[in-house]
Amino acid sequence: MDFGSISLVLLVASVMVSATPILLAAIGEMVVERSGVLNLGVEGMMITGAVVGFAVGVNTGSAWPGFAAAALASAVLSLTFGVLTQLFLSNQVATGLGLTLFGLGLSALIGKPYEGMKSPTLPKLDLGPLSDIPVLGRMVFSHDLMVYLSLALVAAVWAFLKFTRAGLILRAAGENHDAAHALGYKVVRIRLAAIAFGGACAGLGGAYLSLVRVPQWTEGMTAGAGWIALAIVVFASWRPWWVLVGAYLFGGVTVLQLNLQAAGAQVPVAILSASPYLVTILVLVVISARGVHGAPASLGRPFHASQ
Amino acid sequence: MNRRTLLASAAIALAAPAAMAQDEPVKAGFIYVGPIGDGGWTYEHDKARLAVEEHFGDQVETVYQESVPEGADAQRAITQMALSGADIIFTTSFGFMDPTVEVASKFPDVMFEHATGYKTADNLSTYSARFYEGRAIQGHIAGSMTETNKIGYIASFPIPEVIRGINSAYLHAKEVNPDVEFNIVWAYTWFDPAKEADAARALIENGNDVILQHTDSTAPQAAAQEAGDVITFGQASDMSEYAPSPRVSSIIDNWAPYYIDRVQAVIDGSWESQQVWHGIGEGMVEIGEISDAVPEEVRTSALELKERLASGEYHPFTGPINRQDGSAWLAEGEVADDETLLGMDFYVEGLTGEIPN
Repeated sequence: MDFGSISLVLLVASVMVSATPILLAAIGEMVVERSGVLNLGVEGMMITGAVVGFAVGVNTGSAWPGFAAAALASAVLSLTFGVLTQLFLSNQVATGLGLTLFGLGLSALIGKPYEGMKSPTLPKLDLGPLSDIPVLGRMVFSHDLMVYLSLALVAAVWAFLKFTRAGLILRAAGENHDAAHALGYKVVRIRLAAIAFGGACAGLGGAYLSLVRVPQWTEGMTAGAGWIALAIVVFASWRPWWVLVGAYLFGGVTVLQLNLQAAGAQVPVAILSASPYLVTILVLVVISARGVHGAPASLGRPFHASQ
Repeated sequence: MNRRTLLASAAIALAAPAAMAQDEPVKAGFIYVGPIGDGGWTYEHDKARLAVEEHFGDQVETVYQESVPEGADAQRAITQMALSGADIIFTTSFGFMDPTVEVASKFPDVMFEHATGYKTADNLSTYSARFYEGRAIQGHIAGSMTETNKIGYIASFPIPEVIRGINSAYLHAKEVNPDVEFNIVWAYTWFDPAKEADAARALIENGNDVILQHTDSTAPQAAAQEAGDVITFGQASDMSEYAPSPRVSSIIDNWAPYYIDRVQAVIDGSWESQQVWHGIGEGMVEIGEISDAVPEEVRTSALELKERLASGEYHPFTGPINRQDGSAWLAEGEVADDETLLGMDFYVEGLTGEIPN
């Protein structure tokens, strides 16, 4: 393959932008799963975030209120899933799928008046001397604030899970909810908080799609990004920094093959498009062969204090 | 119900199918590949469905299913629609071809209409529009207006329909601008706004100042608008929200007359399997308004080209044309036959790159 004809600088820059939505959604979902809940509604929450973010962005004339509203709306939506699965003990897989379908339908309804409109978008940050560094400046230090916030969020989640007491409790709820309950921790409350956080992250990811990356509202515009986020969590075997690697890998392969094609290089498009999924399967095979899969032990299991 | 009444009602049902058809509304089903709000391909099919409802009123009931993936799941969706009592089913994407053929063989009493395919049966028609006529006009405008002489093309899947469009646009861009170069990106999707926007950006970064698209969403238009000095064309729908620039013109699919015609045929009982391929002349392909961003003389010559295409005086594939490898395809003055066009799997001379398979 001929990599010489494409600009590495532009490539890295566009990877960072195109990976941000799935990174945000995946890091949120990872926290949810670490607390022992499997929420398959990521796609539905993302698209709800995309439409709410866009609508609020258009009406207020600024992108930031859009992001805030998107996070809030998706968190509220995810709490319907939380209430159903945590309080009424409905099946998590079925409820999550229902959430996706509901989100897709709801967003189409809300989004009707916003089709074809233009939204305010985020300005590229000027990081002063950092942005002026040749090559690296354009590559890494010339993005909008959300790109850096998503990276900071990964670091924060990592530190939270690893170093704080609250993080330890969240992990305990995910590993063995009966033990956590016996120790007096409010498993349901912890999980509801994690679900709301996951919803907010998915909402931010969706809003990044509609406000920055595309930027416009189109019905069904997430086109499977939420499912990719779910795959990334598994690929990362539930570890924050690997979520980052996974998101950049998935985002990177897509952008790389598009750039290679645009530069006139001959690439096996179909194989490249499938490669992140093949890698995920490979990772799953490797980790299960090693015997440690890293999945939280209580993942997807219903919990009730009486049991 | 005892056996006698069962036999009696069966006899009535056999004897009077025509009478029953009068009483119940005809049910027309539509299978869409994208959401109806995509602003492009599926949006236009749904507009035509609404036109059918409007035209027939209570006589016809319509049902649709959107975002049906091409492949195995399509067969389930079509089967379900046939089971739910649809009398005629329109499947509106190339990838629904084999599933439609399969389901049609199981439901001989249901009429099927498959868009852009080439397989027919007694109860399965195909219909398509000669989009390549519209592509010729796009190529003409694109070739006249490009300053970098680089034109980007977001292609979806390597099927004859898409390849025809590329060839037609290229031939007519080249006609007005011999230095023009086409950069083709295969997105392998009909609808994925984020990916389409990424593809448009990649092309723009590589110096293409005209973006043609054969994918369904308006995302490339948004990316072009963001970049500035880039022009685009509406695909399948007018996409006039991006006019006058970047969108300078468009190809609009007008399915309504055809759908009304075919549903009428079902009502009359005159439906027959056929292969329809209509163009600008019949009104199935429309050219959206050419905006002010296009210089006057280019607009005039583009409209002139449109007239010649509509009247049938000129065919976009008129020789001499060579294949990409340099071998002769059409001799001087020779016009391409429909069979070759329907199965087109080669680039014309001058295009670079290979068609993926």
